Amino acid sequence: MPHDHSDHDHDHPHALLPPEPALRVKALETILTAKGLVDPAALDAIIDTYESKIGPRNGAHVVARAWSDPGFRTALLQDATAVVAELGYYGRQGEHMVAVENTPDTHNMVVCTLCSCYPWPLLGIPPGWYKSDAYRARAVREPRAVLADFGVVLPADTAVRVWDSTAEVRYLVIPQRPSGTDGMDEAALMDLVTRDSMIGTGLARTP
Amino acid sequence: MTRLHDMGGRYGDGPVVPEPEQPLFHAPWHKRALAITLAAGALGKWNIDVSRHARECLAAKDYARFSYYEKWMAALADLLVETGAVTRDELSGQAAPAPSPLGAKRLAAADVATVLATGGPADRASTVAPRFSPGDAVATRPIAANMLVDGGHTRLPAYAAGARGRVLRYHGTHVLPDASAHRLGDAAEPLYAVAFPASELWSHPEHPRDEVILDLWQSYLEPAA
Repeated sequence: MPHDHSDHDHDHPHALLPPEPALRVKALETILTAKGLVDPAALDAIIDTYESKIGPRNGAHVVARAWSDPGFRTALLQDATAVVAELGYYGRQGEHMVAVENTPDTHNMVVCTLCSCYPWPLLGIPPGWYKSDAYRARAVREPRAVLADFGVVLPADTAVRVWDSTAEVRYLVIPQRPSGTDGMDEAALMDLVTRDSMIGTGLARTP
Repeated sequence: MTRLHDMGGRYGDGPVVPEPEQPLFHAPWHKRALAITLAAGALGKWNIDVSRHARECLAAKDYARFSYYEKWMAALADLLVETGAVTRDELSGQAAPAPSPLGAKRLAAADVATVLATGGPADRASTVAPRFSPGDAVATRPIAANMLVDGGHTRLPAYAAGARGRVLRYHGTHVLPDASAHRLGDAAEPLYAVAFPASELWSHPEHPRDEVILDLWQSYLEPAA
């Protein structure tokens, strides 16, 4: 059996760059730009996409629609990839979507223990805590203790399902619709849907 | 044996610290690191599995001390040299950066929206027939290891090795990371969401009804009684 070559490479090339992170990034950008491999204007466009175009409002739109429209909810739970793509939410790190619905019986929570996989087209760039060692290590073993870090306490008879994103399938949690929201339209409902409620570390806001 | 990235279930990491939804980036260089990584990926010299494995192959002491985007930068520098896109002397500043023929593939600003919106689906046609159906009892490999390359990339976490669960859903046939990360082809095979009772994975589960679900390839699984 071949052996992974990387283990013999004790002299990683990255050590040739300046150690300080901001200088390291600057050096890489300068080298790649000079070689014609990276266009700084493209970097600006990528940053603008994730700062101002793609974020948790996309996911909130999907959740509010699922709360308001039973036909949409059924279709979303059956084939989330196609349904959210119709709303324009498709792309990198959201190629294969599954929506999982919280109920009084079951609470869903999403993690990626091996790296930090996350549904970018619906939620944007993951928050720092999602990428932290503490979340990656603990969410699968003690999800209720992690929920307590977020101030969330579940009823004693609610089961927790933790989804570890080990493949290219990305999971969106549909939080429970809060009570007292019966007359609210989709736009008003969207404001109740937090980023954390769609990862499963939070609940939707109450109006 | 596993690497440091495979941390599911580990003890000793302390509390998770929630953050507000903004700011998204905590330093200007974080944005740049993200953008450079995506732009360099568009050159087509590696796939997502190769890049994940490059991060995992950072020295254990570096993986532990580097922040998220520092891991990205270090792995990117390693990949650029490994694929010949940049030389060691260019990286160290001992040689002036020379224009690269690969520049023909440079991601243009005008194409960014399209490239990000297109993504890279991982489902592929496969000749491997599905062996399991939802509801079937399965057991994972006893050891979380790549069966093609010793010490290679795998997506079976150590905490879920040698565990018994049941198939929850079938995702279709997907690229096998254990092959793809080592440029051994797509080797697509059936992929399933498999549910494990928390009591199957942990000595002190928090609740008798809790479960952990993992997406696992068919070759990671055997039938269980």
